Amino acid sequence: MGKQTPLYQQHLDANGKIVDFGGWDMPIHYGSQLQEHNVVREDAGMFDVSHMTIVDIQGPEALAYLQKILANDVSKLGFTGKALYTGMLNEEGGVIDDLIVYKMEGWYRTVVNCGTREKDLAWMNKQIEAFDATLTERPELAMVAVQGPNAIEKVKQVRTEQADLIGDLKVFQGLPVGEWFYARTGYTGEDGLEIMIPAAEVAEFWTALVEAGVAPAGLGARDTLRLEAGMNLYGNDMDDSISPLQAGMGWTIAWEPTDRDFIGRKALEAQKAAGVPSKLVGIVLETRGVMRSHQKVVVEGIGEGEVTSGTFSPTLQHSIAMARVPYDTGSECNIEMRGKLIPARIVKMPFVRNGKKVFE
Amino acid sequence: MSNIPAELKYVESHEWLRKEADGTITVGITDFAQAALGDVVFIELPEVGAEVEADDDIAVVESVKAASDVYAPIAGKIVAVNEDLVDAPEKANEDPYGDAWFFRMEPADADVLDTLMSAEDYAAKCE
Repeated sequence: MGKQTPLYQQHLDANGKIVDFGGWDMPIHYGSQLQEHNVVREDAGMFDVSHMTIVDIQGPEALAYLQKILANDVSKLGFTGKALYTGMLNEEGGVIDDLIVYKMEGWYRTVVNCGTREKDLAWMNKQIEAFDATLTERPELAMVAVQGPNAIEKVKQVRTEQADLIGDLKVFQGLPVGEWFYARTGYTGEDGLEIMIPAAEVAEFWTALVEAGVAPAGLGARDTLRLEAGMNLYGNDMDDSISPLQAGMGWTIAWEPTDRDFIGRKALEAQKAAGVPSKLVGIVLETRGVMRSHQKVVVEGIGEGEVTSGTFSPTLQHSIAMARVPYDTGSECNIEMRGKLIPARIVKMPFVRNGKKVFE
Repeated sequence: MSNIPAELKYVESHEWLRKEADGTITVGITDFAQAALGDVVFIELPEVGAEVEADDDIAVVESVKAASDVYAPIAGKIVAVNEDLVDAPEKANEDPYGDAWFFRMEPADADVLDTLMSAEDYAAKCE
């Protein structure tokens, strides 16, 4: 038996099919992954993401520390609650993890992946030695992502006292209210909130949301939604051996100011100068079949690559994938599926945003 | 708990078989199989007229989760396939023993069903 979130009983009560996910017993679906996917695109669904690791950084040099270990520049965060997506890199420029940083009142909160928790904490603890700052993990906080076009409305119905504050949140902005923290962020390509909640209060909140018509959705739907939204999954689409430039994360590297010497900077500059060898692209297969991770991608006259994440897109009703391919790859490729080469198209991601097809 | 109809026969690769009045055998995948696969999104069926051996991979089920082969449970000839299933693959989840039959075979050995698992044997396998 793995670790359980404070919502484990709620998952069992809703017929969640429990699987091991990075040492946690988590619901993969509650009956139909497709229906859960669609309800997030069309109405409102919610995910228990309490397995994710929340780490708070405090102290006089918290900012300087984060500016050292993160490729994006935390000084861009202009006010309390503002969020930033970034990679945390090793000296070779490889991605140790991707995370969100929130600016709090004089300190910072980060949310890192559960599958990388131990190596992240080891790295962050080692790097913090040179700074007057502290790391505090917050396992007593649960987290629920409520996502979909009606998600914010439904949360406002349940949290009437905070309804106005929640309604005023802008995209990628958060708001602490006591021990609760509401952020207008997500991993689905829909509007919605990610809410951190004291573990003792989360079950009541979840139940109230169910009563308000928010459908529980499992990790299966979370994966198809994020892939449609063109969002990377750590371990699939990038890892310690892949730089952000090879993972569609170039936009998360803050090159300015040029004297900010973040870990990995020199390696990234060298890779840029030498020529980035590969890139992460979106692929659509508009015929039958489903692309899966690790399938070979053959680019005629150029070389080979590999599917990093592939699935059936419930919104588009055909297969979509992310793949790492040679840098000079154009708009066409072939996917090796079950011994055959199947022609597919390379498109600009995301595939789906706010319920609608985006690429051409 | 899986639904395992008592009147059908089963093989280890999670296909069910039913003898029809004309001596042909209808084949599909079990409730256990569809639940394990999750939402089915594509189905590929064999060619009508194909002569197959037992355990040949002759059809494919793609779910949101994974692609799985469907095996010929017995030797014989494919005499019909369920084209409606290709257009509505979700039926494999909704009605695995009814609308979602996959193909019909003319068995090489007319008594072959006697050698296959009963519902009771199959239920023990699925535990």
